[in-house]
Amino acid sequence: MKLVIAIIKPFKLDEVREALTTLGVAGMTVTEVKGFGRQKGQTEIYRGAEYSTNMVPKVKVEVVCASDLAPRVVEAIGQSANTGAIGDGKIFVLDVGQAVRIRTGETDATAL
Amino acid sequence: MTKITKTMGLAGLAAITVAALPAWAQDAALQSPAAAATATVNKGDTAWMMTSTILVLLMILPGLALFYGGLTRAKNMLSTMTQIGAVACLAMLIWVMYGYSLAFGPDVSGGASNFIAGLGKAFLAGVTPASQAATFTAGVEIPEYVFVCFQMTFAAITVALVLGSVVERMRFSAVMAFAAVWLTIVYFPIAHMVWAASGLFFKAGALDFAGGTVVHINAGVSALVASLILGKRMGYPTTPMPPHSLTLTAVGTGLLWVGWFGFNAGSALEANGTAGLAMLNTFVATASGALFWMLAERARGHKGSALGFCSGIIAGLVAVTPAAGNSGPFGAIVLGAIASVVCFFAVSVLKPRLGYDDALDAFGVHGIGGMVGAIGTGVVYAPSLGGPGAADYDMGGKLLVQIGAVLATIVWAAIGTAVAMYVAKALTGLRVAPEVEQEGLDLGEHGERAYN
Repeated sequence: MKLVIAIIKPFKLDEVREALTTLGVAGMTVTEVKGFGRQKGQTEIYRGAEYSTNMVPKVKVEVVCASDLAPRVVEAIGQSANTGAIGDGKIFVLDVGQAVRIRTGETDATAL
Repeated sequence: MTKITKTMGLAGLAAITVAALPAWAQDAALQSPAAAATATVNKGDTAWMMTSTILVLLMILPGLALFYGGLTRAKNMLSTMTQIGAVACLAMLIWVMYGYSLAFGPDVSGGASNFIAGLGKAFLAGVTPASQAATFTAGVEIPEYVFVCFQMTFAAITVALVLGSVVERMRFSAVMAFAAVWLTIVYFPIAHMVWAASGLFFKAGALDFAGGTVVHINAGVSALVASLILGKRMGYPTTPMPPHSLTLTAVGTGLLWVGWFGFNAGSALEANGTAGLAMLNTFVATASGALFWMLAERARGHKGSALGFCSGIIAGLVAVTPAAGNSGPFGAIVLGAIASVVCFFAVSVLKPRLGYDDALDAFGVHGIGGMVGAIGTGVVYAPSLGGPGAADYDMGGKLLVQIGAVLATIVWAAIGTAVAMYVAKALTGLRVAPEVEQEGLDLGEHGERAYN
């Protein structure tokens, strides 16, 4: 099993969700996050007081899937979240040791 | 019965300047005689004044509380709103105990009557449902209880306005102590000087329709002095302190504007054409202020902002307050525009250069906007500019009176505020502990959070 973590632009979330649902991904966890990478922050001005915010709002999507599905998950996110502009985000893939469905006690592949 | 009225300008006295101050000390006999026994109370006027009074309350709660609250950081939202509400309540209680009497009570003897009235109406002694207060029309009066209430809301909002500069760091107890002293030694005397028949500025013919000097210059200058004595917020100006909810600020702005019709049009004291003129000016000066602040932002290379829009509305309202019934609509439009642009520069250029921490720009908007309005009123009053002044209106002389009233208000407010702040410091200490300031006054002073 793999854990795919994608940091994407917030307004791309619906497209990513749709692409992953088409692949048969049964669930995901979504978090609103802030961070920075190559993308510059924004400048805000309140009554002339300028604040530059280094942290840009992003959405973090976490998906656990079978190892053989992982490359297609990565590809689907990569395509659906892509705008070609700086700040599109990043995808990380990690190994997952175990999964448990709390209600039934099912484990690993059957728990996903 | 005491003659109670607000100045609409006494043309015959227009030429008197502040340089002639000592001469007025002997002028106590100028006190208007009791109104003719035929004076009637009109139900329409009375209903309008009661409505106006409640509109001014709307400006305080929730108007000003939301406007100021949205501009603070989330951890100080409740503290800001509670301080505003609490000082307004304190002002109401003090008003009926002795405030009304000090501002509009019976004359004291000698020169002191220029500055303050006596305690003869303390605890509203002698005021009954049958007692009446004068309006600007001979023979037309309103119930004195209604006048007491209307003026009470002015005292309440003015002391609440001052807090704009000291939020996010001043103790709640210090705010209350300051408010009690400040009302007594600053607000009541200035209200008397401007609006009571025996008051200094009233007799000089100073034009202040709804309280540009009494409310806005007074509150703005007091806010500046209070913030200088209190000191800056921890981390100002290096730590970002953006407003936590411009949505709430915008809601508060709308409520302030609506309430301001009671403030300005209500200051006609009657439901008549002058009230209608004040209403129209309160629309158009404000509209012009809102748009010109955004234009000023664009001219400085910024984006036209929502906060700029809201700030421009307030600047326009402040500027038109002394001019509401003293200007034609087109004079009011120009006045709103000028005040808005001047206030924009005061808060976005002047304040950072001078480095004081007027947290919510009470001085930058109310103080500066009030001064532009008070002096500008002397200009737009001219009949040649569409104002209601008489054909022989002496603009130069009136401007000197206006400037004199502004300067005197600045000096009185500054000294009185310094005294009130040091009294509060001695009684309660001014600032919250650094940990409380760090964590927010909501938790530290009130044990609550605004958002859970």
